[in-house]
Amino acid sequence: MSYFLIQTLNGVQYGFLLFLVASGLTLIFGIMGVINLAHGAFYMVGAYLAWWLAEKTGSLFLAVLMALPVTVLLGLVIERFGIRYLYKRDHLYQVLFTYGLILVLNEAQRVLFGNDVHGVPAPAWLAGTIRLSEAQTYPVYRLFISVTCVGVAAALYLLIQRTRLGMVIRAGATHRDMVAALGFDIARLFMIVFGLGAALAAFAGMIAAPANTVYPGMGDQILILSFVVVVIGGIGSIKGAFAGAMLVGVADTFGRVLLPQGAGVTVYAVMALVLLWRPQGLFGRTA
Amino acid sequence: MPSYSRVTLVLLALGFAALALFPLVGETFYIRFFTKIMIYALFAMSLDLLVGYAGLVSLGHAAFFGVATYTVAGFIDKLGIADGFLILPAALAVAAICAAVIGWISIRTTGVYFIMITLALAQMLYYFFNDQLYWGGTDGMNISAKPLLALGGFTLVDLSNRVQFYYTALACLVTAFVMLSVLLRSPFGHALVGIRANEGRMRSLGYDVQRYKLVAFVVAGALAGLAGFLESSRATFATPAYLGWHESGHALMIVILGGMGTLYGPILGAFVLLLMEDYFATLTERWLLIEGLFVMAVALLMPEGLAGLPRRIAALRRRAPENGDG
Repeated sequence: MSYFLIQTLNGVQYGFLLFLVASGLTLIFGIMGVINLAHGAFYMVGAYLAWWLAEKTGSLFLAVLMALPVTVLLGLVIERFGIRYLYKRDHLYQVLFTYGLILVLNEAQRVLFGNDVHGVPAPAWLAGTIRLSEAQTYPVYRLFISVTCVGVAAALYLLIQRTRLGMVIRAGATHRDMVAALGFDIARLFMIVFGLGAALAAFAGMIAAPANTVYPGMGDQILILSFVVVVIGGIGSIKGAFAGAMLVGVADTFGRVLLPQGAGVTVYAVMALVLLWRPQGLFGRTA
Repeated sequence: MPSYSRVTLVLLALGFAALALFPLVGETFYIRFFTKIMIYALFAMSLDLLVGYAGLVSLGHAAFFGVATYTVAGFIDKLGIADGFLILPAALAVAAICAAVIGWISIRTTGVYFIMITLALAQMLYYFFNDQLYWGGTDGMNISAKPLLALGGFTLVDLSNRVQFYYTALACLVTAFVMLSVLLRSPFGHALVGIRANEGRMRSLGYDVQRYKLVAFVVAGALAGLAGFLESSRATFATPAYLGWHESGHALMIVILGGMGTLYGPILGAFVLLLMEDYFATLTERWLLIEGLFVMAVALLMPEGLAGLPRRIAALRRRAPENGDG
């Protein structure tokens, strides 16, 4: 029974992480109409920065504090000098541009940090475990990830639903020209959204680093799973991203335990089933 | 709906003739390398049917290429059958069936959805081969022999002979090019282009839009399967990487670099990109860095690809004197 509980906790925790990555992806698409393949690469950048800075400073929290502005800046620069010119173009060119960006970021990571797999120690006060039964324990750090993600999700919700900036973002998603006509700087708004999305993915990479490991190409897998999440939830819907992330997180975790030979396939099978039932995703609007 | 200009036709004929004569003068290394390039050109050309004509941006096209390589591996090393006349249709059929299933699910959607879903479903096939120890897992499988193309004991084409393999690849490329050109000139091709331009109108004109898209998807999948058959016969192995999304992205790069919606663009793109990769690799171990920057530049600055360059230059020329007058 507690074994089942542990797997559920793992699944939910993984789901929360996926949600952080996928919410940025769905936000960028929903508001800017841009498909960003390099979103997973931001996750990787976050994880590597966290590992590197944690090793230098000896503190993961300090590392996150220092790395976050760097990733926001990275997102802003990429938007300003690349993505900005692709808003009005076919998605095909966005795919190609951000695919090239993946190659560059992946290769830059190899140049700067090498090919090795690295572990990041959890902060001492989170390094313990919780005893669930006689034989089984659950690491405190994983619980911490879930709690942090809930906090970030709540902050994101408040930002979008309750602040002036959020109001403009929501309006910009559906009535771009009207918002521009009312005097808001759409270009700056999009830059902010892209920076925010990049930071969300990078932050997920940072806090996941101690629970998983840091390795080359780690962004690819999370990107594709985030796509699955977004497709299941419905593109542009944060609520959908949350539902999709939980479904994928739990399905993936149980798939690995119950069907080791078909582990990778489970999630995609779930996606295909959802699509046959609702082609526009769980919370998607019909196109 | 390609109706090529006379200049283009002459250049194409010259290009194919040059390829046909190349083995007479080329070094062994380049004969092998050009064979590989032609296989990737064929693969990219099949993707051009989807991207450039049907308006279906698939990011999972490598799946069909990859399942064909595993079909070859399965026949030769699991079943012990090396008869190419059995393997080739089987590889095409497996690729076509996979394309039919994936296409059936994904053509219900459009735009970004379509991109993500084709990627995800292709990735599912990737993991199927990657996770199964029966198929060699992540390492893939070595294929112990080349498919035999023989009739009644008489070898028609010896695939282990590099020159014969070269001409086989060239023949496949030319055949596919002619076949697709004819297909796109047919009413089917016109309908496909019409759907890309205005799907709603084609639907209200009574066209079964979904069926046209699905047929295009299956034809493209089967052609990718042909490329996969050739590639696994050339390289004598099958690995999950053949199905992976980097392979799909690479094919998309070739299509756009060469010029989508032209059929010959992907051939141009394959030669330029693969030769360039080869050259970059001699410069630095970090050649992917250069390639990434190059691709980003192409996406930003050269939307029509190499095939569109003459038109762009001509347009610039025409505009120049007008500016001078004004």
